[in-house]
Amino acid sequence: MADRMIATASQTIGPYWHLIEHKEMADLLRFGATGDAITVTGRVSDGAGQLVTDAAIEIWQSDPPVSETFPAYGRSRTDASGCFTFRTLKPGPVAGLGNAQQAPHLAITIMARGLLTALTTRLYFQNEPLNETDPVLSLIDDPARRATLIAHPTAPGSWHLDIRLQGENETVFMEV
Amino acid sequence: MSEAIAAYRPVQPGTQPANDTPAYGSTHLRHPTRPELRIPASVTETTGPQFQPSHFPPMPDLSVINGKQAQGERIIVRGRVVDESNRPVPNTIIEIWQANAAGRYDHPGDQHDAPLDPNFHGEGRVFTDADGWYEFTSIKPGAYPWGNHPNAWRPNHIHYSLFGAGFGQRLITQMYFPGDPLLPLDPIFLATPDQQARDRLIAQFDVGITRPAWALGYRFDFVLRGRNATPMEHA
Repeated sequence: MADRMIATASQTIGPYWHLIEHKEMADLLRFGATGDAITVTGRVSDGAGQLVTDAAIEIWQSDPPVSETFPAYGRSRTDASGCFTFRTLKPGPVAGLGNAQQAPHLAITIMARGLLTALTTRLYFQNEPLNETDPVLSLIDDPARRATLIAHPTAPGSWHLDIRLQGENETVFMEV
Repeated sequence: MSEAIAAYRPVQPGTQPANDTPAYGSTHLRHPTRPELRIPASVTETTGPQFQPSHFPPMPDLSVINGKQAQGERIIVRGRVVDESNRPVPNTIIEIWQANAAGRYDHPGDQHDAPLDPNFHGEGRVFTDADGWYEFTSIKPGAYPWGNHPNAWRPNHIHYSLFGAGFGQRLITQMYFPGDPLLPLDPIFLATPDQQARDRLIAQFDVGITRPAWALGYRFDFVLRGRNATPMEHA
């Protein structure tokens, strides 16, 4: 289209983004939301298996919907052990294209020194029946690749997903 | 009945930096090597967080702490946030962070041998108005050395974080200053291949924004990704 403008170029978030961190943003229950509370953790590593300790991780979920008490959005640093931690409500199924339902999932954005453009991926939950028919998971033929998006339980109400930026078992990243 | 959602427009070639940018050393082990999976936009991507000023109070003046002025050249930055169809993005949050006038971040990870300024922290936050306009006051950040290559210096820059209306519009970027001799040497700035797209990361000096006897004015606009006008069914 002739009238289309050029979207502003992305630049790296760099190593000093913690100036805008505000740790409470990792707790999506801080405004009093109640429901199926879960803890979501993950560990981020690079192509040499080194921990990524300076990343900004964000989650967004379209279920449960945003409300006065639930921001549906969170931000966490990766710490000295490369780990991020969120407290949130477990999402339910979400509408997809046509009559398709999407399996419960979180959208994840990864920003860090060395990433000029933010990476986007999703976190799904192990043993959800809808995972079998989810329209995004169904785009991935290789079960091992699909598995890079599926968090596993570590304790009741606790889920964990490792994110590998590069190399063996590299996480499936997405563009929309 | 199907629920059709207008797709985000694909990125125009060359207008965004590739994560595989060898001149920027930190990319070597962090850039994915497999092609990204193109997924259809769903409600997950077309909706996004809404920040309430009651929970995220505006911080439109970085140049003062407790009434005390930061060191450095005071500036006003003003501009507009629009999408690729030139439609304003109203009431959206802009997060801002930067080094002080000496080129030092108030951050434990920054060990550059330049002074901290007790009257400068370097975090700001503003919201666009109903027509997409924003403005904040700060001081011009200094250049600083970094370890990317011998005698590497980052040009003067301010960091921004924007959300827009949907998570697919999320933008992290940096704004540079006109005439900076470090720009042609900076692998982060140069990572965007298209010169026009790159040059739009440089603010324009604007005497109309300059406030007499107070602060120099710069104009900087953001363009967030847009979606097709017509919903399209696709796999």
